[in-house]
Amino acid sequence: MTQVRVLAGTHKGGFVLTSDEGRDKWEVSGPHFGGWDVYHMKGSPVNPGRLYASQNTGWFGQVIQRSDDGGVTWQPVGSDFTYAGEAGTHLWYDGTPRPFEFKRIWHLEPSRTDLDVVYAGAEDAALYRSADGGSTWTELTGLRTHTTAPSWQPGAGGMCLHTIILQEPRIFVAISAAGTFRSDDAGQTWQPANKGLHSEGIPDEDAETGHCVHHVEAHPSRPDTLFMQKHWDVMRSDDGGLNWTEISGNLPTDFGFPIAVHPHEPETIYVVPITSDSLHYPPDGRLRVYRSRSGGGDWEPLTAGLPQQDCYVNVYRDAMAVDTLDSAGIYFGTTGGQVYASADSGDTWAPIARDLPAVLSVEVQVIP
Amino acid sequence: MITGSRSGVRVVLPAHLKTLARVHGEVEVRLTDGTLTQRAVLDALEEAYPVLRGTIRDRATGKRRAFIRFYACERDLSNEAPDAPLPDAVAARIASGDEPFMVVGAMAGG
Repeated sequence: MTQVRVLAGTHKGGFVLTSDEGRDKWEVSGPHFGGWDVYHMKGSPVNPGRLYASQNTGWFGQVIQRSDDGGVTWQPVGSDFTYAGEAGTHLWYDGTPRPFEFKRIWHLEPSRTDLDVVYAGAEDAALYRSADGGSTWTELTGLRTHTTAPSWQPGAGGMCLHTIILQEPRIFVAISAAGTFRSDDAGQTWQPANKGLHSEGIPDEDAETGHCVHHVEAHPSRPDTLFMQKHWDVMRSDDGGLNWTEISGNLPTDFGFPIAVHPHEPETIYVVPITSDSLHYPPDGRLRVYRSRSGGGDWEPLTAGLPQQDCYVNVYRDAMAVDTLDSAGIYFGTTGGQVYASADSGDTWAPIARDLPAVLSVEVQVIP
Repeated sequence: MITGSRSGVRVVLPAHLKTLARVHGEVEVRLTDGTLTQRAVLDALEEAYPVLRGTIRDRATGKRRAFIRFYACERDLSNEAPDAPLPDAVAARIASGDEPFMVVGAMAGG
């Protein structure tokens, strides 16, 4: 029987939610790694039983966990993310140089083709690759040593590498607040991919880096088309990130964190508008997902089943995911500890978990 | 100067690290012969429980993580030099097994 598994990383542990393909009754297991921030959990497309989790606290640092039985049991694997060679410097908030200092792993991206290959995105920004299921990690130093790196500055959440899109040998990553970067040689060399982004506070309209990109997604069938939720502005690129155009259209606000692409409709995308960079909650206390079926520009609010009054949660950048069932499932988690799901492409929603710790990330797997 | 001549040194871990190391209660680690220092105890601890590498001391610098403290015999040893011999009165009681070396998660909210 087909099973759907949602992986929710939270501020105080990881949770595994399971359902059949009806997606109306869910079992919740967890917290796994209780008391730790679990920034991200993700399963391998090669073998859905293989999961990775990033757990971290300010007290005890970074631990990577691996499961080979779908999250029933976990084993700590390698957690040595020492920067290779000279750490180098980036710019601190006050504009002074500051050495790169590893803090945590924000995102884990398993290979689509090799069970034991997995990538990890770090704060301070760096990209690591493991070829042995997370036991050992090798930094792809071409990114952190890019000529623009000394000018990178952290966003409010830290200088995190939070997005990894694998189209091997092409890779896209995104860093707050440096921008999007593209590699065409499996991560050896990189080029900024931010042309067309415009950010308040950056006087140079054509600034190559310095953009606070919040999340980027691509549909597997359209590798050159990227969708971005930037700090402000929702953007798209149709040439592999070389040029971007704004598609915010009629959104009530174009500030937000996550963006998602429908699994079967490459021009259908989802965002969760947030009031502003200083008011991290939905406009008017109404939690609304916005969907565009035309690749952006024209957006419709999706509200059925979502709280439409007195709701002041946020939805973080990695906390939205889609499944691949025929009737597509859309999922997102909130800082209020709810995980909402729609089994009909966003038309109707229902909470599948409530009262969890603040949700940091949501991923979903379909297990045949 | 007291050496780690006893068969082992008792170490108390904070709850999260006990979970990570999959141990209950105190652990006992064996030191190679030599002077009883903070580094000797922590090296032996990490040798016995590799999963704890990086959780007590920063991997890159080897320094104590900011929210970790080391106590023994009701004394705060956190800011002692890692290679300094533990004070004789402390080392004697640790070496004899009368007192543990305590790794403590500092009190901080969140």
